Amino acid sequence: MTGTILKATNLTRHFGGGGFLSETAPVRAVDGVSLDIRRGETFAIVGESGCGKSTLARLLMRLLAPTSGTVEFDGAEVTTLEGNRLRDLRRDMQFIFQDPFSSLNPRLTVGRLVGEPLEVHRPDLSARQRREKVAELLTQVGLLPDHMSRFPHEFSGGQRQRIGIARALASGPKLIIGDEPVSALDVSVQAQIINLLGDLGRDLGLTLVIIAHDLAVIRHMSDRVAVMYLGKIVETGPAAEVFDSPRHPYTQALLASIPSPETRSEGRKARVQGEMPSPTAPPPGCRFHTRCPHAQEDCRTVEPKLEDPGTGAHPVACHHWQGIAAATGAQAVPKPRNETAEARFALYRAATEGARLEKTKKTETT
Amino acid sequence: MTQPPRTTPETAPADSPVLRLGALEVGFRGQPVNVLDGVDLEVSAGEILCVVGESGCGKSVSAMALMGLLPPAHTRISSGNLTFDGEQFDLTRQTLPPRLRGGRMAMIFQEPMSSLNPAFRIGDQIAESVLQHQGGTHASAMARALEMLRRVGIPAPDRRLKEYPHQLSGGMRQRVMIAMALANDPQLLIADEPTTALDVTIQAQILDLIRELRDSLGMACLMITHDLGVVAEIADTVAVMYGGQVVERGPAAAVFENPQHPYTIGLISAVPRLDAPGGRLATVPGSVPPIAAMPTGCRFRNRCPFAADICAGKPPLAVQDGGHAVACHFAPLEQNLEVVA
Ligand SMILES: Nc1ncnc2c1ncn2[C@@H]1O[C@H](COP(=O)(O)OP(=O)(O)OP(=O)(O)O)[C@@H](O)[C@H]1O
Ligand SMILES: Nc1ncnc2c1ncn2[C@@H]1O[C@H](COP(=O)(O)OP(=O)(O)OP(=O)(O)O)[C@@H](O)[C@H]1O
Ligand code: SF4
Ligand code: SF4
Ligand SMILES: [Mg+2]
Ligand SMILES: [Mg+2]
Repeated sequence: MTGTILKATNLTRHFGGGGFLSETAPVRAVDGVSLDIRRGETFAIVGESGCGKSTLARLLMRLLAPTSGTVEFDGAEVTTLEGNRLRDLRRDMQFIFQDPFSSLNPRLTVGRLVGEPLEVHRPDLSARQRREKVAELLTQVGLLPDHMSRFPHEFSGGQRQRIGIARALASGPKLIIGDEPVSALDVSVQAQIINLLGDLGRDLGLTLVIIAHDLAVIRHMSDRVAVMYLGKIVETGPAAEVFDSPRHPYTQALLASIPSPETRSEGRKARVQGEMPSPTAPPPGCRFHTRCPHAQEDCRTVEPKLEDPGTGAHPVACHHWQGIAAATGAQAVPKPRNETAEARFALYRAATEGARLEKTKKTETT
Repeated sequence: MTQPPRTTPETAPADSPVLRLGALEVGFRGQPVNVLDGVDLEVSAGEILCVVGESGCGKSVSAMALMGLLPPAHTRISSGNLTFDGEQFDLTRQTLPPRLRGGRMAMIFQEPMSSLNPAFRIGDQIAESVLQHQGGTHASAMARALEMLRRVGIPAPDRRLKEYPHQLSGGMRQRVMIAMALANDPQLLIADEPTTALDVTIQAQILDLIRELRDSLGMACLMITHDLGVVAEIADTVAVMYGGQVVERGPAAAVFENPQHPYTIGLISAVPRLDAPGGRLATVPGSVPPIAAMPTGCRFRNRCPFAADICAGKPPLAVQDGGHAVACHFAPLEQNLEVVA
């Protein structure tokens, strides 16, 4: 059961630019990415807007053809799959979109939306069996079987994301890729969906690939993480290691940018100046050198490779990582709450988990 | 030329709030239920007040109302008063004197592109606002625009002056918005989600900038956000809104370390933490109902795990120690409720 389920090797995708005589430079959206995603894990891809996360996801799903490089799913090269083998791939790998509002056809009932993948991938089911399966899927994602006859606009954002998840689960996939699956949701609803994805991943033995820009969401959900900058992975490893002792200056800057109460008193630790350069003209050498506080001469000309340094450390693409002190953790631990506040949080959690409460309020007495 | 000190009883003492908003009730025509149900806020010079709450809770409508920007034809403002720098205004007619808006009271809108005119150069837009409020020559206004762009950390500001909004990145546009808002030395800056559309490294730069400008200019700042991390970092005081009501407010430390309202507790519990990975998050059950389906009384009661009959009556925003106020019939929860085994 363990081992690699999805493997990308030197995956590259350029947009536009035409032939080599063309005047315009191509957008180097994804540029030489290699990844190993293990069966049953939750793997996260994080980075700022435009760094190539969605393009990478679409390459992994074979929704987009690579300019070069390969993707293997379950040991088979996906770029060459055809016919039944391609349909099997579509069954085994499903997608959850960021925007629950635009990703569901507004004219279809929830029953049809969730039933559709079953028609394709489970033609053996009778109409009645299919209805039962849809009801089961809706229950699994925290909706009601009665919701089957309703339309997407009758649901809240969080409920629509649940519909999207039920639809993704319908074919019985082995792996689900979520492109910002919770970032359009309000925090209270976001927590519900994070819990749901966690439960499903565990109960169904799913492999999850989560793309997000919210580092706390990633820290909470993932086992391993890859940090991207301008089309390349700059650091990858177990989430706990990458978050607690980030080694690449960009990862350090990302983590130091997360707003926190500590910043107020201590100021920012590793402030990063400027903005991400255009992916049509990535800087030579290390792509981060224009913003890196540790950049030296060789960074401007020699490109650092993402190499496994062995000796227990995780891979990082930086010439000087050994000389740069590993930053201390993402964030200092927030101030502990006092006992009464802690009791209040415990009471709240117990109540939401269904504990019975006694009202001891004595408003009328005394 | 020296004026006698004003001694009228209405004159506010030095440490009184720059802005005090009271009993704001706003509905939209065609909707029977009010979107804002009695919002009270105040903010003093040098203070950053963050208004936080989920989508649709009325943060932007509150800001628009206090700027006098709600269209009277579509809105029904049954009550609402504003005290700004000692002067009182009736908000029900939305006729704030134009000298205030963009001058002593400036706003950065949620969508920066909607408030920058795509057809005009950046420099001309800032200069226009300066001319309108401070007068002077076009040249002096342009000089002020240049100074402001430099002040907000825009590289090559003299070149940027001549550029159009679409030529700028999101982060640069937000800096331009801040430069424009601050060009007339406002006493109050209202910033509606100023960093929401930005990447985290750029957000950090903008938050640093707002803090630094607040420190050097001593202005009051009302910042709207739904991001509790941003609130924790930048707020001096916090107002938590739910369904058009302020359910809790007070000093940031009190609200974060000792939250009283079940909704505030739920929100804080629902945010994943960087230092405590894994496990299930506590959540707020359900989702925000549409305004027409808002319960009466405590509007949180159809989602509140503690709701009881008494919650059909609206709980008052009761002030506790140190200006920490909460609107819940059962606060403090740990004294009024217990889990039965
Ligand atoms: N179809 C396309 N044609 C041209 N350029 C594209 C196309 N798709 C993506 N790009 C460009 O490729 C780069 C990477 O885009 P991508 O959408 O993968 O980024 P992302 O990391 O998902 O960003 P975000 O966080 O904003 O979603 C961007 O510069 C984008 O403009
Ligand atoms: N012009 C309008 N006409 C009718 N309803 C409106 C109008 N503007 C806002 N509303 C409603 O008023 C409520 C409060 O909206 P508001 O924009 O203040 O929310 P918000 O807290 O700023 O949310 P967000 O975080 O999404 O910006 C919402 O239910 C919204 O649908
Ligand atoms: S290689 Fe050089 S520029 Fe790149 S991250 Fe490392 S120190 Fe910075
Ligand atoms: S007043 Fe009642 S419903 Fe409202 S927050 Fe308090 S306990 Fe919950
Ligand atoms: Mg994307
Ligand atoms: Mg808003």
